[in-house]
Amino acid sequence: MDMLKVSVWRGAASGEYRSYEVPRQESQSVLDVVTYIQRSIDPTLSYRFACRVGMCGACAMTVNGVARWTCRTHVAKVAKNNTLQIAPLANLPVIKDLVTDMREFFDKWARARGQFVSGAGTTRKDDFARVAADSPERVAANAGIECIGCGVCYASCDVVSWNPDYLGPAALNRAWTLVNDVRDGARAERLAAVAGDAGCHACHTHLDCSERCPKNIAPTASIAGLKRAVMLAALKGEL
Amino acid sequence: MSAEIQVPAGAPAHAASARFETWLWIAQRASAVVLALCVLVHLVTIIYAVRHGLTGAAILGRTRGNTAALAFYALYVLAIAVHAPIGLRTLCQEWLGWRAASLNWLIGALALALFVFGLRAGWAVFLG
Repeated sequence: MDMLKVSVWRGAASGEYRSYEVPRQESQSVLDVVTYIQRSIDPTLSYRFACRVGMCGACAMTVNGVARWTCRTHVAKVAKNNTLQIAPLANLPVIKDLVTDMREFFDKWARARGQFVSGAGTTRKDDFARVAADSPERVAANAGIECIGCGVCYASCDVVSWNPDYLGPAALNRAWTLVNDVRDGARAERLAAVAGDAGCHACHTHLDCSERCPKNIAPTASIAGLKRAVMLAALKGEL
Repeated sequence: MSAEIQVPAGAPAHAASARFETWLWIAQRASAVVLALCVLVHLVTIIYAVRHGLTGAAILGRTRGNTAALAFYALYVLAIAVHAPIGLRTLCQEWLGWRAASLNWLIGALALALFVFGLRAGWAVFLG
């Protein structure tokens, strides 16, 4: 049987790569490989997954140096000479093995005012807001709304690695979808929250986030949109 | 506005002035637009002067008392004095992790120096 040589990060911030031999199978995903190691070789291996079908965003890891969603990444696509190196996501503290602490990642969504806030004076008795599907705002929001919060963009971002306070592509993309929500009631605060050295202005448009996003979202475009929106707000004296 | 959002602690102190950062960003982009034009005119002028073998004296002969040239270079110098220090500030922040208020003073001083020395050079060729 064809065997895969897999080296897996074991430990936390300090640790080492440990090697495992995993039977190669057809249509095998990287998550299948990790699961095989835990269930058949070493039950102490820690990793995170839930849906296994690319919906939940839990299983992202660094595979041969590149952040990927492992459930939808075929071994055939990424293995070089039947070898794989699997590590936790970069730019996040490692709890154990392949499990990272995502708190900072999601706290930044909150810091970027990633929650929907209804407009002043609206009540639950109001009729549904009607948003035309082809309105520019809805189209812009649609482009970014399918984020599953996997952290691949955040782990791939150079600016995050230089400036740990940088809100990062996912949080800024989220803010951009809300800026384009015509029901939104916190535009000014959100734009102020995403401006500056830790926000959209820090983006270098390296496009790693857009290149790596498994959902084919382009956070770089969302961040550019935020730069424009923040600039217009500043020019109008609304920032 | 009914924005009662729970924001986790730990928001960076140096990101406090969103407005200041945004205006710096706008100033740098706006000065870049001016610079794109000025650099082009400046380069074309240099190439023209070199290809026609103009001497220093001949060039000074054309710039002396030339208010259009003085105005052009004053604008050029102003755009540089705005653009370069803001970029350098970003470099200091990202490469050196220098985000203290002292950086803004240094950058302000650099902007002033670029403006004064640049304008002095423009004035010198105006006087010839």
